[in-house]
Amino acid sequence: MGAVFALVTVLAFVIVVYVGVGVAGLKSLFGIVIPYAAFLVFLLGMVYRMIDWAKVPVPFRIVTTCGQQKSLRWIKRSRLEAPYNNFEVVLRMILEVFAFRSLFRNLKAELKGPNLIYGSYKWLWLGAIAFHYAFFTILLRHLRFFTYPVPEPIQILDQIDSFFHIGLPHLYMTDVVILAALTFLFLRRLADPKLRYISLASDYLPLFMIYGLVISGILMRHFFKVDVTQVKEFTMGLVHLKPKAPNVGVIFYIHLFFISALMAYFPFSKLVHMVGVFFSPTRNLANNSRAVRHEPAPWWKKPKFKTYCEWQEEFKEQLIESGQPIDEDCYEKK
Amino acid sequence: MHDAGKVIPGIIAFVLFVTLPFWSNFGKAAPKPQPEIPKEYKKCVESRDFMRREHMKLLRKWRFDVVRNNMRIYINSEGQPINMSLQNECMRCHSSKKKFCDVCHNYVSAHPYCWNCHIPPEERKGWATKEVKSLTEEASSKQPASHH
Amino acid sequence: MAKLPKPDELIKSIDWTPPEKDWMDDVPPDIKPGRFCYPAKKNILEEIGFPNPRDWSPLDEDWKLPSNYREIIIEGMKDRLSKYRSFKLFMDICVRCGACADKCHYFLGSGDPKNMPVLRAELLRSIYKGELTWQGKFFGKLAGARKLTEDIIKEWFYYYYQCSECRRCSVFCPYGIDTCEVTMMGRELLHLVGCNTNWILEPVRNCFKIGNHIGIPPHTIKEIIEYLCWDIEEVTGLKIEVPFNKKGAEILFVTPSGDYFAEPGIYTMMGYIILFHYLDLDWTMSTYASEGGNFGLFTSHEAMAKINAKIYHEAERLGVRFIIGGECGHMWRVKHQYMDTATGPAPKNLETPRSPITGTVFEHAKSTKMIHVCEFTADLIAHGKLELDPSRNDKYIVTFHDSCNPSRGMGFFEEPRYILKHVCNNFYDMPENTIREKTFCCGSGSGLNTDEFMEMRMRGGFPRANAVQYVRDKHGVNMLACICAIDRAALPTLMNYWAPDVKVCGVHELVANALVFPHEKTGERPRTLDMRQEPLKPEEEENA
Repeated sequence: MGAVFALVTVLAFVIVVYVGVGVAGLKSLFGIVIPYAAFLVFLLGMVYRMIDWAKVPVPFRIVTTCGQQKSLRWIKRSRLEAPYNNFEVVLRMILEVFAFRSLFRNLKAELKGPNLIYGSYKWLWLGAIAFHYAFFTILLRHLRFFTYPVPEPIQILDQIDSFFHIGLPHLYMTDVVILAALTFLFLRRLADPKLRYISLASDYLPLFMIYGLVISGILMRHFFKVDVTQVKEFTMGLVHLKPKAPNVGVIFYIHLFFISALMAYFPFSKLVHMVGVFFSPTRNLANNSRAVRHEPAPWWKKPKFKTYCEWQEEFKEQLIESGQPIDEDCYEKK
Repeated sequence: MHDAGKVIPGIIAFVLFVTLPFWSNFGKAAPKPQPEIPKEYKKCVESRDFMRREHMKLLRKWRFDVVRNNMRIYINSEGQPINMSLQNECMRCHSSKKKFCDVCHNYVSAHPYCWNCHIPPEERKGWATKEVKSLTEEASSKQPASHH
Repeated sequence: MAKLPKPDELIKSIDWTPPEKDWMDDVPPDIKPGRFCYPAKKNILEEIGFPNPRDWSPLDEDWKLPSNYREIIIEGMKDRLSKYRSFKLFMDICVRCGACADKCHYFLGSGDPKNMPVLRAELLRSIYKGELTWQGKFFGKLAGARKLTEDIIKEWFYYYYQCSECRRCSVFCPYGIDTCEVTMMGRELLHLVGCNTNWILEPVRNCFKIGNHIGIPPHTIKEIIEYLCWDIEEVTGLKIEVPFNKKGAEILFVTPSGDYFAEPGIYTMMGYIILFHYLDLDWTMSTYASEGGNFGLFTSHEAMAKINAKIYHEAERLGVRFIIGGECGHMWRVKHQYMDTATGPAPKNLETPRSPITGTVFEHAKSTKMIHVCEFTADLIAHGKLELDPSRNDKYIVTFHDSCNPSRGMGFFEEPRYILKHVCNNFYDMPENTIREKTFCCGSGSGLNTDEFMEMRMRGGFPRANAVQYVRDKHGVNMLACICAIDRAALPTLMNYWAPDVKVCGVHELVANALVFPHEKTGERPRTLDMRQEPLKPEEEENA
């Protein structure tokens, strides 16, 4: 149901661009207005989301410890899984953000007869890491359209990515990887009944938008060719704020529309996990709350409770009967 | 805002990263690539638009036809026979790699490997001059690449 | 009370395949006896000043919610979204990758899809989206948004009291989303409309009013402990007097009240008393701050702090130097992660804990001034300050259950294992994916260890029990050691159901068994009985 909705939405995008550019010739709208607007929405939206989270305090240190704490000198502690100071927290976060550490722990439970068995299950990690790194590399590669002269590292990256020299223009490895990863991430949502049950339309939509983005890019590079020099003149115009919509095939406008849609969608969807992960209080705090006092949130009020003296008054008889000391200070203070 | 000391640098880093294309180009004039178009010839082997989009695929097809299928003649969309040869046909009109090919390739950062084997016209001229020695060394140091 | 299925029937009934019907259309939940706790009694709510006290049952059609329950909940939600970044963030960033789905013991044991952590959070997230975000209001179900209705309140009550706040899911979540936080918020919101459970709130009331969960008045505490001292005399021949409310003592000892009177917790309590006597420690218990545990944690942050605050208050009054806390799971979550921030700073008379026996300074507790008794004991053993005879525990083949809170809220793994390896000769860990940070809940944590919840307890405890069965069959394990009072209350029932030949003990029960007193060495009065007053070496007894 959600998948169908996402598919229809993405197809509608294609039709809208096809009609808008191909038939109505609205090149400036689709080439300039929408991309600029989408980028602004992305930039401001993401900054807004981060500020929105930052406005809320983290009242307590709710670290999730996944390794030995620092306690006795001779007990080996886990610096990465139970960080004790900010430096170790940074290391933990680097592993989390760049290596998807927690996902790497993944297990798959199986019920075999009367026994529960937990096997290592790294496929989700592999799919996720392949997808994210491929996407990131593709983004970096696209800097060749936004820089002149193109920096050496970007050129090298491009050449490594097309290392196998398959076809001309060369096939990028990341294009293959991202398609495979997307397909895996999509199919697992359909194939596993549990995942199908939890998946919403808003889980399929980003997958399909990225599918649209990647497929339109591949088609443009290898099949429905466009004049790449004109494309770069256009993209350089964008970053110099002197844009001029290029006179190239609709496929380019479809590709551009998908990235615009994705950018605009980003801040208002689950995709905010990109910056959200940095804010996660179970991961980004040090497990040192017994060693260092952390001030409570401004809204926190120390609780009112029954003081000893109030309590002593109430249970005085029993205390005396059972020979427990009576605190005379309670009366002196009065 | 809470944890401003961490959040604000984070936001700044984010903004700098995503706006990199804008600020890294700031103040730099956007160059417009202007490859030298031969004056004495009006038409290429195919239409100008087609050539701008698809020349790499056409050249690749030529390479296959010549090297693998021993075909030398390409019939273009107007039915004219064309000798499939980069050095003898293309470069006959586009006589400078530097002023023609490289202009756009550098602009979009494309790295064609034509010249791993073929000799660009500028270099060929060099063979007849005093620079022969140095060019020979340069050529021999290049890894010979095969036609895939 | 609902009839409990037999273990093999229960296993057969587990099916992890969710129904065809979409979960958003599948409300209200089918509320089954054996899977919910009884509601808080009217007088309890009245006494602690909680809203909407009334007589009701989750099986009723009408839950007698306040007429403006929608506004109450939505306002409460807004309030908490502005107070807890964890809550706001966790509502926003879940991608439903499903890594958590099969990590929850209640899901593994019941197959109820709403027990998948992702969906448990989604129950609340969907309302957050539907009531408080424009995306949800505009796109509705497509964005995973729902509107708040009475049925949703029922669903929340059912499922937020089928979560033991164990945080196992948060270990596996790529963004560290912690369902415990979500459940805490869900429960706080439910309190606002008077939907809560008696098993949690009665202890909270008792704690507020009397000083401990069970509601034991001060003279009775003393009596109970004196009974334990008689038992100790029976076992060791030692006459021990436990100091109460002693001003100027060096150490205040706080432990969950469950260990004062119920088996097998009392043996652990005896263990502490024997150990402290052995060391000739200058310590005291308090009949005022007589509760280490904290059912407030299962209620609200405010209730948690209100209960915990008494400990610092009492430590200040008595003028002790530092605090030692007994073996308890959720208690240590509070002491480690909340105490200092919520009720600190520690009173000025407290100092950085320093073992009077070994001189070790516990730097890692220099702000809270409170250490875990296992840290204390492990340090003693490492310095050779205890004479131990591990063979006294030879009749036990021991495994260790990592309690959820010390594991994932502290990183407390090696200290108890270090002790166990020194006080007994036969120790085997359960399979690695079921221990340490990946440990499974006893199935009864976070205030769910009540009898009417038995079916869900046995289901939720199944993954833990199954791992115990594994080491029982492989190594002959017959003793499950733990460092949690709720475990000591809940695991015997669980073992009785799934692995009847395995008993449960606290770590310090085994310490006390192994501890050799000078008079025992001279042969004056050799130890023949363990803490349970059973023979230390059963075969020899039979032979003799």
